[in-house]
Amino acid sequence: MHAARLRTLSILTVVVLIAGYSLAAFSAPMDADQGFMQKIFYLHVPMAIVALCGFVFGGIFAIAHLRTEDPTWDLRSYVAIHIALILGVGVLITGAIWAKASWGHWWVWDEPTLVSFLIIFLLYATYTPLRFSIEDRERQARYASVFAVTAGAFVPLNFVAVRSATSLVHPRTFDSADNLPGAMRSAFLVCLLGMALLFVTLWKLEMTHKHTTAQLRALKRKLGGEDGGRPRRSAAPELRVG
Amino acid sequence: MTRAVGALLRKELALERRTFQVVPAMALFSLTTLIVFHFALQQDDVEGRLAAGVLTVTLLFSAILGINRLFVADHEEGGFDGFLLAPVDRTAMLVAKALALAGYLLVLEVVAVPAFGLMLLEPALTGGAVLKTVVVLGLADAGIAIVGTLVGAIAIQTRALDLIVPLVGLPLLLPVVIGTAKALAPVFAASGAEALPAKWLVILGLYDLVFGLLSYAVFDYLLED
Repeated sequence: MHAARLRTLSILTVVVLIAGYSLAAFSAPMDADQGFMQKIFYLHVPMAIVALCGFVFGGIFAIAHLRTEDPTWDLRSYVAIHIALILGVGVLITGAIWAKASWGHWWVWDEPTLVSFLIIFLLYATYTPLRFSIEDRERQARYASVFAVTAGAFVPLNFVAVRSATSLVHPRTFDSADNLPGAMRSAFLVCLLGMALLFVTLWKLEMTHKHTTAQLRALKRKLGGEDGGRPRRSAAPELRVG
Repeated sequence: MTRAVGALLRKELALERRTFQVVPAMALFSLTTLIVFHFALQQDDVEGRLAAGVLTVTLLFSAILGINRLFVADHEEGGFDGFLLAPVDRTAMLVAKALALAGYLLVLEVVAVPAFGLMLLEPALTGGAVLKTVVVLGLADAGIAIVGTLVGAIAIQTRALDLIVPLVGLPLLLPVVIGTAKALAPVFAASGAEALPAKWLVILGLYDLVFGLLSYAVFDYLLED
């Protein structure tokens, strides 16, 4: 949570991201089939993997919140889901662009990963409205955690259902990182690492921000300022410090 | 546990028998939806995949009505407080509510499936087809009842009950929609009912199992106060 560590982490993230996308742009070979458009793979796939992991981490933090009733876990879960949702928008947009470039349509129903991702995205898009519509803070946190746990378990199950529903007319572009040629694979892995670091940095940044706000509010309260427990309707979890 | 569930279930059914708040509305809504489908699709009869989809969507949307109303009486009349004061396992409420919802869905299907067969389905429902439909809908009902109870319990404490139930419930129930539609499609085939695809029954069963266990694990937290 310290500013110095946050700065190191941010610099590291920027370096890894630049390295990853330089590798992707200059060192990884051009795809024989799709040409330059295939480069979006280095953005789209890491983003999707990190977003899905973010949703699952949100669920795991929510379990910790339900067990300990510590509002910090709720905040961690909230921030993880929040950032994963933002990445999710990016995933859907880059996915549509890639689909248009390689298959000629903005949206293809027989690409199971894309469809499952949309369903999961729509489900998580209700997380904030759900929080917002419960006034009592403690109950809001508990119910949001129950939702996060349920939705976290839904993520893999949904992938199974959607994937088996699809007749795979299109070949899977990449089944795993193993069938990538060496240079592509290393570029992809560095991009994935960079995206994961970006997620962690943003997560820490927002956590620090929320902590600082809570501390500031506590100080103001101590001074007897106007910001005494004025109830504010919000979807974000509230921390009580001091 | 069994006694508590029995008592709660009796209360649930007695309430419904005396007020007729939920089931008639669901049944009526399903009939209206079938008519809507007739005009929206502009087809006098449907078969195969289309038929399976029409029936699945009709049942799902009617189920949403039931889920919306599931906890309203407990919330408004202090049923939750009464239950929490009783020295019984809180999971009893989950089981009783899910069983009650499954019962409502069963009654709904007794009305909606024959109506669907008469009004829209082109190959007449034979004995074998009815049996297969019952198997698939049984698995689907279990999933809808479990997830519906969970979502209903979450939504009842929000200020936007009627919004949260479909918004959260429909994405969560999509695997059930996929499974039911895929499993029913061969049953309604124009050339007569074909065998049930085992894969989809397994996926429906798996869904019921996973969400059953999950609801069992988290339901307590929705009642704590």
